[in-house]
Amino acid sequence: MILIVTFLVIAMLVAAVSAYFFHDLLSAVIASCMVSLIASALFLFLHAPDVAMAEASIGAALVTAVFVIAIRRTKRYEE
Amino acid sequence: MRKIIGIILLIIIAWGIIISLQKIPFGTSRAKVADYYINNGKEETGAANIVTSIVVSYRSFDTLGEVTILFLAAIGLGAVLATIKRKEERKTEKASLILFTGCRFLFPPILLFGAYIFIHGHLTPGGGFQGGAIIASAFVLMYLGCHDKKKINETGSIISESLGGLVFVVIGLIGLAVGAHYFLNNFLPKGEFNTLLSAGIIPIIYIAIGFKVGAELSKIIDLLMEES
Amino acid sequence: MNFLHNYIYYIGAFGLIFIGLFIMITKRNYIKVIIGLSILETGVNLFLISVGYISNGTAPIFSKAGIEAGKMVDPVPQALVLTAIVIGLAVLGLALSLAIRLYKHYGTLNLQEIKEQRW
Repeated sequence: MILIVTFLVIAMLVAAVSAYFFHDLLSAVIASCMVSLIASALFLFLHAPDVAMAEASIGAALVTAVFVIAIRRTKRYEE
Repeated sequence: MRKIIGIILLIIIAWGIIISLQKIPFGTSRAKVADYYINNGKEETGAANIVTSIVVSYRSFDTLGEVTILFLAAIGLGAVLATIKRKEERKTEKASLILFTGCRFLFPPILLFGAYIFIHGHLTPGGGFQGGAIIASAFVLMYLGCHDKKKINETGSIISESLGGLVFVVIGLIGLAVGAHYFLNNFLPKGEFNTLLSAGIIPIIYIAIGFKVGAELSKIIDLLMEES
Repeated sequence: MNFLHNYIYYIGAFGLIFIGLFIMITKRNYIKVIIGLSILETGVNLFLISVGYISNGTAPIFSKAGIEAGKMVDPVPQALVLTAIVIGLAVLGLALSLAIRLYKHYGTLNLQEIKEQRW
């Protein structure tokens, strides 16, 4: 059980670091969506089902949709 | 240069945090307020979900503040984006037949699922905010998949959002006049435990919050898209 | 192994906070800074929930008839984090509408160039 949690935490930190290194803004938004999804699974390991449902529906679906719509109306690449 | 200053600042903050984290042991202690809520929440409010009874009954004034903040954010977004006119018409692809049929087929079950989550907020994990976000996701699907420029009904959205907020405040003011005389008092009878019609005013407030949050978040998506 | 049992959630939460802070300090594009803000808020919520965890506890819901109230996880941080997630969404929506407005006015989203154009 503790090995599964360690693997998920390492995957979450790798996704957050790769959001720093991408120059394509759409790829950085997808990396931030992955951070939110793994955090929702970690909330379930900490016995908090209300918060897991809220993070999955708001953090992983609506925030990503709002970011993609805003990127579509501005530039897509950094600098 | 900026990166080096950033790394030095973060190392100083990390060192301070590591010293102070030795005092917070992981997984041992529970605060006294939580003991009171767990031991007495079942009899005083009648809800099976203790997080729901904290959010709606014990600390319902904070929920009123949160609903106000969402309302202000939607107003601010509308005020900032109101004067931008889209001059060029961006070329969009029409959705194919499979996508259009799938979206039309999936839209009512997602609405039904969101309504199920905010109606059963006091029995199972869920509540008004989660159900409202799922309803807004159904409207995002409708914007992305249906190709004859369908928009949400303006009048229905305005009416459901206003009625949701109004029901919340009016029930709180009725609680001021009846019963134990404080704002957002739980004055309806508690009912039988673990059934749908129980726990006083909690299902009514969560239904109002579900309508309001769902209409507000889909209005935010509609303002950002602005495809006409 | 004992070290992992005690501190793995704290390492995850504070790693996210530091990466989010580093993105916000160092990057120059406006939307990159907002992505860093979103990662920072997810880290703070994870830290708040992991403080309220009791070892071998259960979720705070009386779903069956025979659940005893002694071994439940702390429900107060869960109620506060529920509010915090929704407020995070509201702040992000407002910040991105300002991004659209900035792009319309200045033509670029580079914060260094926007600061240098005084009026």
